[in-house]
Amino acid sequence: MLWALFADVHANLEALEACLEDARGRGAQRFALLGDLVGYGADPGAVTEIAMGLTASGAVSVKGNHDQAIEGTASYLNDTARAAIEWTRGQLEPRHRDYLAQLPMVAREETICFVHASADAPHRWTYVDGTAAAWRSTQAGGATYTFSGHVHDQGLYFERPGGGMGAFRPVPGTAIPVGRHRRWLAIAGSVGQPRDGNPAAAYALFDAAAETLTFHRVAYDHVAAARKIEASPLPPHLAYRVRKGI
Amino acid sequence: MDRIEPGSQVGDYVLGERIHAGAMGRIYAAMPLYGTGPGFPVVVKVPTLGRGGGGMDMVGLETEIMLMPELSGLHVPRHVASGALATFPYLAMERIEGEGLAAIAERAPLGADETARLGAAIADALHSLHTQGVVHHDVKPENVIVRTDGTAVLVDFGFARHERFPDLLGEEMHFAAGSAAYVSPEQLRDRRGDPRSDLYSLGAMLYELATGEPPFGFPATLAGMRDRLWRMPSPPRAANAKVPPWLQEVILHCLEPDPARRYQSAAHVSFDLRNPGEVELTRRAHETEAPGFWRQARRWWRAVGEAPARNAKAAGSRTPVVMVAVDTSHPDDERHGSIRWTARQVLSLSDDYRVIFVSVVAAPAVREEAARNDTSSARHMRHVALLRQWIEPLGLPAHRASLHVVESADPAGTLLALARQNHVDLIVLGAPAPDPMRIAWWRSVASAVTAGAHCSVHVVRAPRREGAAARERSVTGSA
Repeated sequence: MLWALFADVHANLEALEACLEDARGRGAQRFALLGDLVGYGADPGAVTEIAMGLTASGAVSVKGNHDQAIEGTASYLNDTARAAIEWTRGQLEPRHRDYLAQLPMVAREETICFVHASADAPHRWTYVDGTAAAWRSTQAGGATYTFSGHVHDQGLYFERPGGGMGAFRPVPGTAIPVGRHRRWLAIAGSVGQPRDGNPAAAYALFDAAAETLTFHRVAYDHVAAARKIEASPLPPHLAYRVRKGI
Repeated sequence: MDRIEPGSQVGDYVLGERIHAGAMGRIYAAMPLYGTGPGFPVVVKVPTLGRGGGGMDMVGLETEIMLMPELSGLHVPRHVASGALATFPYLAMERIEGEGLAAIAERAPLGADETARLGAAIADALHSLHTQGVVHHDVKPENVIVRTDGTAVLVDFGFARHERFPDLLGEEMHFAAGSAAYVSPEQLRDRRGDPRSDLYSLGAMLYELATGEPPFGFPATLAGMRDRLWRMPSPPRAANAKVPPWLQEVILHCLEPDPARRYQSAAHVSFDLRNPGEVELTRRAHETEAPGFWRQARRWWRAVGEAPARNAKAAGSRTPVVMVAVDTSHPDDERHGSIRWTARQVLSLSDDYRVIFVSVVAAPAVREEAARNDTSSARHMRHVALLRQWIEPLGLPAHRASLHVVESADPAGTLLALARQNHVDLIVLGAPAPDPMRIAWWRSVASAVTAGAHCSVHVVRAPRREGAAARERSVTGSA
């Protein structure tokens, strides 16, 4: 089974379509949407529509903090994110809002745990930004593989024989052996708003049979995505972030 | 897992005699169960403790299982098959026929020529590995096998670090038992991933080959190993007066405690060991006793304040070997100025480079030679002088440049062979002349070199003058 892992799409339609095409071209059979479908970008309706279609045909989809904020509890977001959410809410049809509201916080399939932030208290939206946080999420998830987003940079954590975890910054395009004799936690990277200085969309492919994980970056028309944000009432610096990948 | 012994079946192989048993695994000769196998002899490595041992040997084997399929080239065993850690971990790979460096080191001290030849072969192997993004981290005589053709093969990648794969060992373990004599100072400080660490270990092996003992003996305690964090070893010439200054220079250059003061690339070590005459001799080349207290104290002071090493992969890639082909047989050719200008531009991009200037001279027919009383050695001297004159305006430091005049009827083949042997990163040579009737020699050379080179090739064309361009157009037009 070849899983495509998409996190933090953030209403970036151009990026999502590019990643879907890339993943399908590489033979992806199932999709996992790791949260934050909306917020920041100009196409929340279209992105949610695609997510609903994928879910109907078997995709796993979990809730992110921006998805939750649509329900009206956005107090913990910063001003920019809140402004984006206010605008986004008005762009969504009721069925989009219903879809986002019913998303689970955590999903499990066989040896995999899917969660937007940390499996350890997922509703707190803790950032998995180090080996200690990764260890807590892995322990709480209780699965061989924990796949998440929230942190926008791609990352891979691996269990050490003596306990605790090691961290690795993946190089795109390399199939990394992730044997099931260890526990692994992968951050797929952000499809719609990468922040590492490279505007290319990020996602990952997990080959469950071969036990390999490959991180990918996909160049797409990010300028078009940025222009749409500029043409909307969204805060202009959200467009700048998409242009620059920061 | 059942007991593993000769006769056991592992993957598609039946184990034969046990070749090696160590803390990091056991190695058996292996025969294919059916068919002919991969077409070369195979060994199978299994963990010492067996499945579920959970020991470091398992992590080492896991690292090897992850890295070996990614490695290529003559200097590593070819990967054949492996078993998953969760089920039946093993690694099947090419059996390397040759003599272990450990056995060769038993005969040390060796002569300078043999030491340099072995060292250059190992440096070639390290260069191949480093250009693949891998640091071996356990370079020692037990992990080097020398084939009968003189090439060196590195084995046991249980401690290796590959830049594109997670470092499973990480801070767990820094060096293997039995590696204490060769491990670099930065590995003692838990720093992994710096190719220059392997160059330190190479220096320690060269030291042993030249003198019979590793630079700091065989320390049994961690305290005994920590000396090398700041201390230079006693110079090889103190132990063996026959060690020539150039070899001592190379060895001690490798053994600098600070990686930034070492060679920055294995290709440069190989280059120096193959070109003793080009080694820049410093004070350390001539020393016959260990540096005095105050000099060592200064080093200690520097080591205390040492900043973490910068990214050494990047450093390695910024220290190129450049080869410039100079046609000394046609000193008036208009391209010489352009080639020299290009060489200057290329060399200005880097602050640490080696440059090889080559002139390939066609040997005249024997009768002609006799008639002009132009002996081979006289011709050679004349072209060396021309070459020296050619590079003079560049104002290069002597140790950065080497000159070669080679007589050959196959200039392209000669340039390619020299480029490969010296790990050249860039070849600079003249473009074919616009007029196909003039110096047709170069046309074939430039295209053959470009087609056959293992590296980048910079083909230099002299700026066209209007008349020349017009002439060429007419030539093209009439063709």
